Amino acid sequence: MTKPSKPLGWKDIPAGAVALEPGNAAQYHTGDWRSQRPVFTEARCIKCGLCYIFCPDAAIVMGPDGYPELLLDYCKGCGICARECYMSVFGISCFEMVDEEEFH
Amino acid sequence: MAKRVGMEVSIAVAEAVRLADADVIAAYPITPQTHIVEHLSELVADGELDAEYICVESEHSAMSACVGSAAVGARTFTATASQGLALMHEVLFIASAMRMPIVMAVANRALSSPLSIWNDHSDVMASRDCGWIQYFVENGQDAFDHILIAFRVAEDRDVLLPVIVNLDGFILSHVIEPHIFLEPEEVARFLPRLKPKYRLDPNHPVTMGDFAMPDLYTETKKAQEEALRNSMTVIKKAWKEFGDLTGRQYSAVETYRTEDAEVVLLTMGALGETASVAVDRMREAGNPVGLVKLRLWRPFPSEDIINAVGSAKTLLIMDRAISFGAGANPVAAEIATLFYDRQTRPKIHNMVFGLGGRDVRDSEFQEVIKRALDGDSGLPPQGKFELIGVRE
Repeated sequence: MTKPSKPLGWKDIPAGAVALEPGNAAQYHTGDWRSQRPVFTEARCIKCGLCYIFCPDAAIVMGPDGYPELLLDYCKGCGICARECYMSVFGISCFEMVDEEEFH
Repeated sequence: MAKRVGMEVSIAVAEAVRLADADVIAAYPITPQTHIVEHLSELVADGELDAEYICVESEHSAMSACVGSAAVGARTFTATASQGLALMHEVLFIASAMRMPIVMAVANRALSSPLSIWNDHSDVMASRDCGWIQYFVENGQDAFDHILIAFRVAEDRDVLLPVIVNLDGFILSHVIEPHIFLEPEEVARFLPRLKPKYRLDPNHPVTMGDFAMPDLYTETKKAQEEALRNSMTVIKKAWKEFGDLTGRQYSAVETYRTEDAEVVLLTMGALGETASVAVDRMREAGNPVGLVKLRLWRPFPSEDIINAVGSAKTLLIMDRAISFGAGANPVAAEIATLFYDRQTRPKIHNMVFGLGGRDVRDSEFQEVIKRALDGDSGLPPQGKFELIGVRE
């Protein structure tokens, strides 16, 4: 369902609760479930793109300069980017998982 | 008048699906439903029905394939019974919540264990809250007609819900009965092609079977419940249209010799015919007894039941499934609830009979009616039930 500005009443729901707008999941900011967030260190990055490929929520996009950009509205803090990062084999992953509380 | 054709009821059901020009059949064989899908597979293989016949590996897959088929707007049919219906269980709820107009024949059969291939209603009663429209038919003509009526109702844009046509296994599915068939032109008039409200179409993408957060789930369930309740209008309209076309009149609740009846039997399914014989014999002996037959189980026809029972003093409700450990068995529980806050209401006694294919004779109905006429002596009190014919 599309996330409406005003909550839908039962009469507003299409038969079978069909979602009529494709791609409307983007309107749900599921990143607020997160308990840890990845913090990126650009100096370590070799622009391999593994984090972009492995992110299960498409919460990482590749920016115009070739560095990954985090979409924190959708990042659930799973840590896959930090683990799969090519640089992690050297113990210097581009992403460090930090408790969300540190940011509040 | 059209010619009457003697035919096994299962084959007549399949012929109704052919006349409805179904597009997709996804089914797995299980006794006593097998003849229905077996005949349909022959019709498709012989080129007599232009449909996709999906051979699946289980009933769970059968119902899942039916959901997919209905989602693209194809006229979809399946059939099952007993363990097969149980295996479909989770997908039944998905089909109704997604408003998929699938039609399914259930040749009612007892549930294991012990394994029984014979007839009772324990299979469908275990799935009674699945959100489907549910009919119980009484004879072969009723079964044939209700396959067509089921498609008419299911696909109506004011309904869009799946429909189960319950027909008793063996005692109805496997008997040879006279049927009057419809001409293809009559069926085409009664049953126009499906025009779905939403369908899976790459050019107009939608999402079906989506996810709902707690702030929306309640509203989706309210919308679903209203849709099922409101289907009553179309169900009655479809019976009227069918009656105008064929002369065969159907209703949610049928009464038989209930005028001035003091004792009324209530049945669902094919044993209504045996019960009517018992009522005839009791009437011949001057007893004020009648019969109420419930054809529509969901949506529950509350008003029609109250009107049909009328001013009867005693209502004998015949269940064909045990709701283990419950306050009452399924049919009795729901009907007793209807009468609870009414000023005048009958005394209600609940019997369970005909489990796992146990034969029920008209003399057994008569024996229960006699006890009711004799001041309800020896009948089970409220909250209890009698298992007719059980040996100590």
